[in-house]
Amino acid sequence: MNTRAETGGLARFREEHAAAFRQLRFYVWTFARSPSSMIGLVIVAAFLFLAAFGPMIVPYPDDATGAMNLSNRLKPPSAAHWFGTDEMGNDLFTRVVVATRTSLYVGLVIVIVASTIGVPLGIAAGYFGGRTRMIIMRVTDVFLSVPGLVLALAIVAALGAGILNGIIALSIVWWPGYVRLVEAKALSLRGESYVEAARSLGASQFRILAVHIFPNCLSPIIIKASMDMGLAILSAASLGFIGLGARPPAPEWGAMISVARTYMPTWWWYAFFPGLFIYLTVLGFNLFGDGLRDILDPKSNQG
Amino acid sequence: MIVYVVQRVLLTGLMLFGLICITFTVSNVAPSDPAALAAGPDATRDMVETVRREYGLDKPIWEQFVRYVSDLARGDFGRSIVSTRAVGTELAQYFPATFELVALAMGLGVLVGVPLGMLSAVYKNRPFDHLVRVFAVSGVALPAFWFGLVLQLTFAAQLELLPTSGRLDIASPPPPPVTRMFLVDSLLAGDWQTFADAFAHAILPAIVLSFPCLASILRVNRAEMVEVLSADYIVAARAHGVSPWRIVAVHALRNAMLPTLAMIGLRYGWMLGSTVLVETVFDWPGIGLYAVSSAIAGDFKPVMGVTLLIGLNFMIANLVVDLLYGWLDPRLRAAQ
Repeated sequence: MNTRAETGGLARFREEHAAAFRQLRFYVWTFARSPSSMIGLVIVAAFLFLAAFGPMIVPYPDDATGAMNLSNRLKPPSAAHWFGTDEMGNDLFTRVVVATRTSLYVGLVIVIVASTIGVPLGIAAGYFGGRTRMIIMRVTDVFLSVPGLVLALAIVAALGAGILNGIIALSIVWWPGYVRLVEAKALSLRGESYVEAARSLGASQFRILAVHIFPNCLSPIIIKASMDMGLAILSAASLGFIGLGARPPAPEWGAMISVARTYMPTWWWYAFFPGLFIYLTVLGFNLFGDGLRDILDPKSNQG
Repeated sequence: MIVYVVQRVLLTGLMLFGLICITFTVSNVAPSDPAALAAGPDATRDMVETVRREYGLDKPIWEQFVRYVSDLARGDFGRSIVSTRAVGTELAQYFPATFELVALAMGLGVLVGVPLGMLSAVYKNRPFDHLVRVFAVSGVALPAFWFGLVLQLTFAAQLELLPTSGRLDIASPPPPPVTRMFLVDSLLAGDWQTFADAFAHAILPAIVLSFPCLASILRVNRAEMVEVLSADYIVAARAHGVSPWRIVAVHALRNAMLPTLAMIGLRYGWMLGSTVLVETVFDWPGIGLYAVSSAIAGDFKPVMGVTLLIGLNFMIANLVVDLLYGWLDPRLRAAQ
């Protein structure tokens, strides 16, 4: 009898939220219709799975942080070692999979920090306009006037190499993109009649910004954040490759390629597989973000 | 128009000042003591103090800032600790190599990106369009350093078609320096053999550098072409019986080129930034490699110099695009 009450509750819930369900079904349908979006979804799901369970399913968990097994060094890919082994005799498949978690962590931190700084500034600039906007946008423009990787390199050079400093540097160069994006959106929302209505009803500034402006800026933010996950991972790997990011033997794709470079071309698999994983990850988040754009912001579809 | 130009130039100056503020701040938050770095690892405490006084590092921070700005205004970027030479001189020495590569890559990006974007707009939503889209997304997602390694592996190590790295064969002497761009200098000297050698060395890095740029030029050009191709004047031209390819390549392309031009300007600055990775992979002795090797050595005056130089180039490119835009688009001209 308990179940009956629950199904009754569920039916009522479905009825009350019928519009939302219909909307959701439409989103899923639109997303699933596009093969490239689905490829993105599959890659992102696989990436998240490996980041969560990778360390538990890898064949040689001891190799993750750098063991030594010199009799086994630089072996080509085989049934025992799918991606071959590195110069310490560690299994590369293990190290590449375990590094997924590092990348997820790096990407998430950069995107969260950048959006936490950038989004409020963008909303303030777009909504208040005037001098506030001028100051915020000028500072943003200065940060955007030099390629992010170069500025990040300069900051890491000053702070010293390391994965944490890499994350700090990339967060510092990443927030202006969010200001740009949100400012344009907030500016267009400022004149909307529902914002006008809230204002004339005496809603506080904070309430207007938090309840009316911010939720309506969310779609482009989500789309950008999804694409940025891939690009932030790529940038962190680039710093690792240069030798200013993660330090070997910590498992990180860019740092692995940096070491592997000296073993090219004879021991090609050492650099090949970590790079392939970077490529697939960035590709996955990009396609996934594109798919999100198709459903959340169909008008801005760029082809 | 003059007011507009002056405004844009002043704004660029202001942004450059902002960038100088950033590099100054970054140099000063460094946990390492710049005086101790400059004096070298074996310096006694007295020597470090002498260096500190000499560089004005004992002065209050705002005085140091004034000194920093006035030094920069005279083209003095400070000294490299590793080579003990002036950073300005070294930048002047390394920049032509980078510019040569960037120009080549930009040429490639435009020559391939514009036609591909045009064709994929004409064949919209057909297999060719989907293929081009995959290609374009790859351009963004491919890690430049890994792509470079894969190309080296394929074309240099396996097929032995092209050299792996560097600007010239070790055995061949560089051409007499005029512009310090080997392709130009060898042409000026009429030395075809060196030209061919320099060109062979530049192909792979130029491809890697141009790929993301090519992809974004392609995407912008395609999006614009799709829009332009549905415009009334295209329909009118078609109704008048103008040949289909003439419509696409002349009428439509010309009108789709403005946003593409803006993208080219934007991409120039980004490309200068990507040289940090590409030059490292290909041992190309430009400002990117200079910045990386200095950063690893903890020598950050050169890194700040490269940052400022790239920022300056980026701002000038944007300024030129803005002004060209105002000049090329009659509607903007009329609006002023």
